Amino acid sequence: MENLERNRLLRLAMPWLVMIVFFAIWELACVVFAIEEIILPRPSKVFEVIVLRFDILLKFCLQTLWSTVIGFGLAIAGGLLLGLAIGASPFVYSGLYPLLIAFNAIPKVAIVPILMIWVGVGFLPAIITAFVISFFPIVVNVATGLATIEPEMRDVMRSLGATRTEILVKVGIPRAMPYLFASLKVAITLAFIGSVIAETVGGNNGIGFLMLSAGARNDAPTTFAGLFAIAIMGILMYAICAWFERRMTKWAFRGELVS
Amino acid sequence: MVDQALVELRGVKLAYGVGRDSTLAVDGLDMRIGKGEFVAVVGPSGCGKSTLMKLVTGLLPPTSGEIIVHGQTVTKPIKGVGMAFQNPTLMPWRTTMDNVLLPMEVVEPHKRRFRRHRAEYEERAMKLLRTVGLADFSQKFPWQLSGGMQQRSNLCRALIHEPEILMLDEPFGALDAFTREELWGVMQALWLEQRFTAVLVTHDLREAVYLADTVYVMSRRPGKIVLVQQVELPRPRTLASTFEPAFVDLVHKLRDRIHLEHA
Repeated sequence: MENLERNRLLRLAMPWLVMIVFFAIWELACVVFAIEEIILPRPSKVFEVIVLRFDILLKFCLQTLWSTVIGFGLAIAGGLLLGLAIGASPFVYSGLYPLLIAFNAIPKVAIVPILMIWVGVGFLPAIITAFVISFFPIVVNVATGLATIEPEMRDVMRSLGATRTEILVKVGIPRAMPYLFASLKVAITLAFIGSVIAETVGGNNGIGFLMLSAGARNDAPTTFAGLFAIAIMGILMYAICAWFERRMTKWAFRGELVS
Repeated sequence: MVDQALVELRGVKLAYGVGRDSTLAVDGLDMRIGKGEFVAVVGPSGCGKSTLMKLVTGLLPPTSGEIIVHGQTVTKPIKGVGMAFQNPTLMPWRTTMDNVLLPMEVVEPHKRRFRRHRAEYEERAMKLLRTVGLADFSQKFPWQLSGGMQQRSNLCRALIHEPEILMLDEPFGALDAFTREELWGVMQALWLEQRFTAVLVTHDLREAVYLADTVYVMSRRPGKIVLVQQVELPRPRTLASTFEPAFVDLVHKLRDRIHLEHA
């Protein structure tokens, strides 16, 4: 019993321990090899900057967070709709799937300049980039969830006289939910990549812009502080998505509930 | 033989695929199933038993021939049929109760009344769950039930809307021998009470003789009916009756006929 408890605590502590060791090695390496701050700042220096310039960082972080969350929200809505359409109809599937794959293969950094011509600088390019980059995994997952409905389940519904819409609502959508939530965890981190890319390529706000201008001033610690901030926001949003996933689709985690 | 057929198959043929790749699943199927009759279909594996189920319910249109239910030629899925497969196909996101109530949300006229009269329907589902011994599990999820319990809830779902026709595609096939024999009794009790028309596809000859009024033996692919055997043993049949000579003789007769198909 005591052993089990110790194992549990150790498992909870593991991520923190690994992180501490990682930063310790980094710090040590910088000191031992006398690496210049402009190349790779020591983590202690980065944390110092974070504390010192916390208000500025927070302001830029929130800008990025907003662009990301709005783009991500649009991607959920659009991805869910398109995923349902693709999963429900073989015609929509064969028509749109190759296009989607082609679109997904385009490096998103290439579309930012085009977006800037269309909508100017500001929040919009970041929102749109976050949207287009996180859209694809949601569509694919929702469509997969729908396409893998057991044929027997469909037969049961059809023999009851269910319409296509009824089958979609009663079987398809609940069935696709775990797939949707699994994709959200991937999509939210992609959305951050999207918005930061847009801010870096051409923006006047957000953490990407902050990092770019700090880089231009050879201010490596601030650039790294920006990186840390993105990582922290990524983890937080991922945790929120994971929490929602567990709440909404408890039935899909049955293995863990039973044990 | 029955004089008034509820379901009738006339020279039904079904081919999967087209052109040179097409395979004949069933050919020249003739059947007459009376109202309230319990029919079992047995045959060697791959003889198109499951195809027959889909043909009768209109889920698959025949390549040629005619299927008549209620005097009407079947062209699209007929409504209000109960179906149970070997795989319980319960929805993991619904409790046993909600799974059993599913047909009520789909089938007319219950669909329109369901929301307002939910309590009444729940009582009805509860009664059915009680007869199969699942009263205490109505709020459990399918994955919290054993295989036999899942199959019981599956039967309840197939019967809740009191369908005229119940299609059973090897519903006890994946269960252990004890549970299977127990469920034969449950099935028979439900049938004696509600007197629906049932078509049971199985490869278990004892199961067929235990439950059915008429056993149809199908040939190898392409399947057609090679033997129609009436079972006139008294009801209710019990496990003890499965050891009586009359029962055993019937099983042997069916087995011999099927062995001819394998030769």
